[in-house]
Amino acid sequence: MENNVLLQVDNVWVERPGAEVLRGVNLNVRRGEVHALLGLNGSGKTSLALTLMGAGGYEPQRGRIIFDDRDITALGVTERARMGLTLAWQEPARFEGLSVADYLALGMREPERARIEGALEAVALAPMAYMGRAVDTTLSGGERKRIELAAVYAMRPRLAVLDEPDSGIDVLCLDDIMVLVRRMAGEGTSVLMITHRDEMAEVADAASLMCAGAIINTGTSAEVREYFAQRCLPHEDQLGSQPWGEEAGGTYRRVVSEGADDE
Amino acid sequence: MSSHQQRDSALRAETQGEAWVRDFEAMMEAYEKAGGRSDLLQVPKIASAVISGNRVLAANSIEGVSIEAEELENGVRAFVTVAPGTRLDYPVHLCFGVIPKEGLQEIFSEFEIGEGAEVGFLAHCTFPNAVDVRHVMDAKIHVGKDATMRYSEGHYHGNLGGVEVLPTTRAQVDEGGQLESEFDLVHGRVGRLAIDFEVDVAAGGVVELVAKANGSAEDEISVNEVVRLNGEGARGLTKTRVAVRDEAVSEIYTTAEGNAPGAVGHMDCTEIVRGAAVARNVPTVVVRDDRARVTHEAAIGSVNRKELETLMARGLGEDEAVDIIIRGMLR
Repeated sequence: MENNVLLQVDNVWVERPGAEVLRGVNLNVRRGEVHALLGLNGSGKTSLALTLMGAGGYEPQRGRIIFDDRDITALGVTERARMGLTLAWQEPARFEGLSVADYLALGMREPERARIEGALEAVALAPMAYMGRAVDTTLSGGERKRIELAAVYAMRPRLAVLDEPDSGIDVLCLDDIMVLVRRMAGEGTSVLMITHRDEMAEVADAASLMCAGAIINTGTSAEVREYFAQRCLPHEDQLGSQPWGEEAGGTYRRVVSEGADDE
Repeated sequence: MSSHQQRDSALRAETQGEAWVRDFEAMMEAYEKAGGRSDLLQVPKIASAVISGNRVLAANSIEGVSIEAEELENGVRAFVTVAPGTRLDYPVHLCFGVIPKEGLQEIFSEFEIGEGAEVGFLAHCTFPNAVDVRHVMDAKIHVGKDATMRYSEGHYHGNLGGVEVLPTTRAQVDEGGQLESEFDLVHGRVGRLAIDFEVDVAAGGVVELVAKANGSAEDEISVNEVVRLNGEGARGLTKTRVAVRDEAVSEIYTTAEGNAPGAVGHMDCTEIVRGAAVARNVPTVVVRDDRARVTHEAAIGSVNRKELETLMARGLGEDEAVDIIIRGMLR
């Protein structure tokens, strides 16, 4: 493995009841890099995020995950987090009775009020208005997403997997998210940013395209975005989503690699 | 104890004897442990009552709020009357407790909240040394037209588990009235808890019943709540949050009746179960008017996996994450 690779996903297969959600995923994320993972809905991006975090039910049947030169395939969520890997969930959980300030502090080794406030400001939330609020259902979906991002930022992980940080967030705030992602990288956090919005990948140093549970293309952000925009997005309706049978998977791959218009 | 309290205690010792001082000081210490602020029980402008066993150690009425208490063989009968239109800046503070290891305390209370009044009650019940203590509450509540009553009761039981808490409440909320009741037993061992609460709600009235308990060892928790939404547009919510572990047992029975046009009821129950504990939730929905609507939701079992993994992804161990989720739920 190259020295500058922080995360190496090596031929990872994950089967869930009724579907193979990851089919031999190979992916490298370098230290200090923002890596965009593009793909249509149902292509397996969230499954990969949960697999990287070690979530229950997403244990690989084959392959291995190397993080910071250590095989973490068999490690649990806590151990991975303590090594510096974390995840901002696409639809974050809600917690009754837990304040925003306490939630952000949970992931900080030495909680500091200034850092909590700074993290909230980084996602365009006024600290005074939010620190005392509960991380429960009184928050809107967009507020909860931003708080999740703030919590990850406050934690200062070595690798942050951000699962669709742009979904459910006002379009006007997308720039804030993109700035935050760059800021995280600038402060030493590598970012694997999952999205199906190709313009979000603009801030990435590298990108990969996921399709039918596998990475089918990796390159510069511009290359992969162009591929995604021309080959995937126009055919979203035809490509369908999980679970893929052999036939559906084959169709998916053919359409993406050859284009639906070539039929 | 504050200097104000010490002066007051010295004064009362002269008139009421050393026994009173000992009881009062013990209750104040227990009250603080239960989360209360004992100094507020002696502020003249705050209505309050302190009841230890069957003794009324203090009862302070203020303008608009009358507290009358009568000592019985095994407890106290109390009448709390809030005059129509009364609005209080501070909640009425109530302190109940049994300091000895054994005892029976029966509290028979009647709350009369006058039309248009708005009043809060902050009650703390403390049984810090209980080995065999039985605490029976038999309350009648009448919330008048357009009146609001907020009643919050917190318990502190020590760690021996020798307490039986048996509160029974029958309430009537008149037109446009509002009753919010919260019961917390999350500090110390529960022992045996059996809440029995029935309320009738008239047109435009609102009722919200919240019960929280944290059971362990062989604790037994039983909640039986009935909300009858009898008037047009009446609304009701029951919210139950219980955590049980070891061999504790929790049984939650809630009933909401939509008996009038536009009545809306909802029952929301979460019980977290660990170890060999057992939890049961039986919601009953009764609708007698086709323009009423009653719903219920329940989550019984282990801690939500996603919540757990979200906290673990911040570096918390599983047990630590479970504790945080349960503490938050019971907060």
